[in-house]
Amino acid sequence: MGTFVVNTEQEQKQMLAAAGKSSFDALFATVPDSVKIDHLNLPEGMSELETAARMEGMAAQNTVYRQIFRGAGAYHHYIPAVVKRVTGKEEFLTAYTPYQAEISQGVLQSIFEYQTMICELTGLDCANASVYDGATAAAEAVKMCVEKKRTKILVAQTAQPETVSVIRTYAFGKDDPVQMIAEKDGVLDPEALKAALAEDSACLFVQQPNYYGNLEDMDAIAAMVKEAGAKLVMGCNPVSLGLLKTPGAYGADIACGEGQPLGLPLGFGGPYLGFMACTEKMMRKLPGRIIGETKDHDGNKAYVLTLQAREQHIRREKAGSNICSNEALCALTAAVYLSAMGPEGLKEVAKQCSSKAHYLQKVLAEAGLQARDAKPFFHEFVTVSETPSSKILEALREKGILGGLPLNEKEILWCATELNTRQAMDEVAEIVKEVRA
Amino acid sequence: MKTVFEWGAPGRRCTILPALDVEEQLPEAPLRDAAPRLPEMSETEVSRHYTELAGQVFGVNNGFYPLGSCTMKYNPSVNEEMARLPGFTGVHPLQEDETVQGCLSVLRTAEEYLCEVTGMDAVTFQPAAGAHGEFTGLLLIKSYHTERGDLKRTKMIVPDSAHGTNPATATMCGYDVVNLASGADGLVDLEALRAAVGEDTAGLMLTNPNTCGLFEKDILEITKIIHEAGGLVYYDGANLNGIIGVARPGDMGFDCVHMNLHKTFSTPHGGGGPGSGPVGCKEFLAKYLPGHRVTGDTGALRRERAEQCLGDMRAFDGNFLVVVRALTYLLMLGKEGLPEISKNAVLNANYMMSQLKDVYPMAFDDNVYHEFVITMEQSVKRGGVSAMDIAKTLLDHGMHPPTMYFPLIVHEALMVEPTETESKETLDEVIRVMKEIHEEAQRDPESIKASPKKAPIGRPDEVTAARNPIIRYRFGEETN
Repeated sequence: MGTFVVNTEQEQKQMLAAAGKSSFDALFATVPDSVKIDHLNLPEGMSELETAARMEGMAAQNTVYRQIFRGAGAYHHYIPAVVKRVTGKEEFLTAYTPYQAEISQGVLQSIFEYQTMICELTGLDCANASVYDGATAAAEAVKMCVEKKRTKILVAQTAQPETVSVIRTYAFGKDDPVQMIAEKDGVLDPEALKAALAEDSACLFVQQPNYYGNLEDMDAIAAMVKEAGAKLVMGCNPVSLGLLKTPGAYGADIACGEGQPLGLPLGFGGPYLGFMACTEKMMRKLPGRIIGETKDHDGNKAYVLTLQAREQHIRREKAGSNICSNEALCALTAAVYLSAMGPEGLKEVAKQCSSKAHYLQKVLAEAGLQARDAKPFFHEFVTVSETPSSKILEALREKGILGGLPLNEKEILWCATELNTRQAMDEVAEIVKEVRA
Repeated sequence: MKTVFEWGAPGRRCTILPALDVEEQLPEAPLRDAAPRLPEMSETEVSRHYTELAGQVFGVNNGFYPLGSCTMKYNPSVNEEMARLPGFTGVHPLQEDETVQGCLSVLRTAEEYLCEVTGMDAVTFQPAAGAHGEFTGLLLIKSYHTERGDLKRTKMIVPDSAHGTNPATATMCGYDVVNLASGADGLVDLEALRAAVGEDTAGLMLTNPNTCGLFEKDILEITKIIHEAGGLVYYDGANLNGIIGVARPGDMGFDCVHMNLHKTFSTPHGGGGPGSGPVGCKEFLAKYLPGHRVTGDTGALRRERAEQCLGDMRAFDGNFLVVVRALTYLLMLGKEGLPEISKNAVLNANYMMSQLKDVYPMAFDDNVYHEFVITMEQSVKRGGVSAMDIAKTLLDHGMHPPTMYFPLIVHEALMVEPTETESKETLDEVIRVMKEIHEEAQRDPESIKASPKKAPIGRPDEVTAARNPIIRYRFGEETN
């Protein structure tokens, strides 16, 4: 069996004696016999070598594609080597939440810098230290907007379905009403939004680019939401913010999103990174940890967990959120990624994503898969055809390529990033042509 | 230390990407006016900056870390290797089931182990942390009452010794919190509990061993009282390390539990996360579980929604790579290794307490499990040193302090959880240091109150930080 217990049996006996306990049973004397178990019905433990072989065997049962054209909320990007090396440092990996500021300045400063970078990307004043993922960030964000007389949460139908589901689950807790705003031609239907906005509207959650990759007419949407006195919550892809107009510039009250594209692997869905930023006015409603700069008694610069009066460990049942552990190491990862890429590098990733997606859309159209929506888009788009989606995807799979996400048997949601080469995109188009022939 | 924004110079960069191999095409939408003010750095500088920061971080690998209720045990290296296998990291969460059989095997196997360890029938891995698991567990309870049309159950009972996430979670689920005062013995007061329950009781949230480090010996009576009132009982798994392999929440009458893979199951805390907070439940609640259940036979596993799935707690199916680490640990330890955890965690705590209790007053000095609570209340009343002072002095000795000022029902608390992965000589050294600090505190309390003296910074001014929040770098051009 494997173990990480340090002390030998002999030492354990000495310690039992020193503690005045006759046996291990004596340590558990207050556990009623009726709930004690005499053994676990599990396999015997293994050495590290055997365990590693078993885990590697499981990993080998997965298909790792050589080219991935699927996004839909999880994006395949290049992760610079320095990001992996830095975030693998054992000090960062094995530290707890920085409650003891005096010996945690490194982790506190890294999060302070991360918060700054999120403010820069989103064009907003304040950011928190992270929440679990993009979907929970959206759910927490809309919750920040609910007020006594404004309780209704409006959500664009064009948002990622997982995000919508999480918003609904969080709302179920407090029985807050959620109203979906219909889609039209791949974007939010402005007429439906106009009809829905009312005096009881807390906010609108809208995703930019939306689930279908399309870019919403944010200026018009923002104007309508503001006029109705509701808050605007924008879900964003952080890579796209290297290029696109920021939520702050659109007048959003809160921006949130999935930080996974910033240096985190696909990893079958997690761990990922929920980022959140807001206006200064809403700062004290932000959930989770926030790092602030202050001084120690000698006047040295110091970073601390701050604005803690918002949080569960102080406010208990009056706290706005129960979040405690967050995704600190993922926030560090994003910060290292953004440091390595710099403003030009991030812009270049965004540019390559956009350019390649437009190229892919063109060659797929030539192969007979037409774009469904005639809308501006970033790095995802939907095709429509009479050829069954499953047939196309199966043919790609045989060649080691993960095609787009089938929305149904006619429509496929494609994604391209800097990792997709022109050659691979031409190959996809060829395969599609063959399938359709 | 310089901030990352003070490193580098305009035009410096890492060369990461190849030239674009298709025609440039920007999105046909408004673009940002100005580039984000991200640092412009060479790779040398990126590496140096973060290495400097890492030098001012204290992890489990740096030294003793007895944070009560946090279970800061050693994080095995093999876990990290497994979590970095390309066969796990390179898998898209929306791949077809037949192409992710390995990932589904990981979830299925981890579910089997965790069901056995907790005495539950089903597990969801969707919750990303402990508090997220609490939220999930309480939503299971809410779904149960809601489906039965039992809508009068609006109250959640939470002992006053509970972690702050418990009452906060109850509120997020729309429940009114009933704070249950603990007895003088640090345990649930059965009479108070009987008086608190009624037709409006939705449930009880309980940690066992509790935050005083004590096992609720009347646990069967406690769960019976709640069940007879029509409520359900939720187990907060924060302290599972104290009883793993010896007793199971499922046998104590709990209906659902959350576990912290980043505590009991050895996955790293990463400076505050990512964790993983899987939730286990009895069969009658399994139909409400969020996310997907893994069903089918080996080789043909698939993801399916539970019959009356309550929705999703987050996108996709949880912090998967954290589950990989935890499963590695579970497989290694197996049936004999898992009970060794709690036995040695409890032994280490009892050993430490036995050597310290003549010097430091204990809130409860017998029958403690994996952690014990020191109270500095008398010292403070005499004008002596506080729990904070002791904690800050430990920093000068290269040790992470215990959890301070928790549980709230013990004044001037220091909650010590050594875990099973510390050696006798480490514990002996800590005992020696703590006795030395005690002596100094009698002799020269002012010196202790002025600590830390050797840490990179002195005690920070938290009041100013909260009053005039500076929560992002100012780039020089703004004034406070």
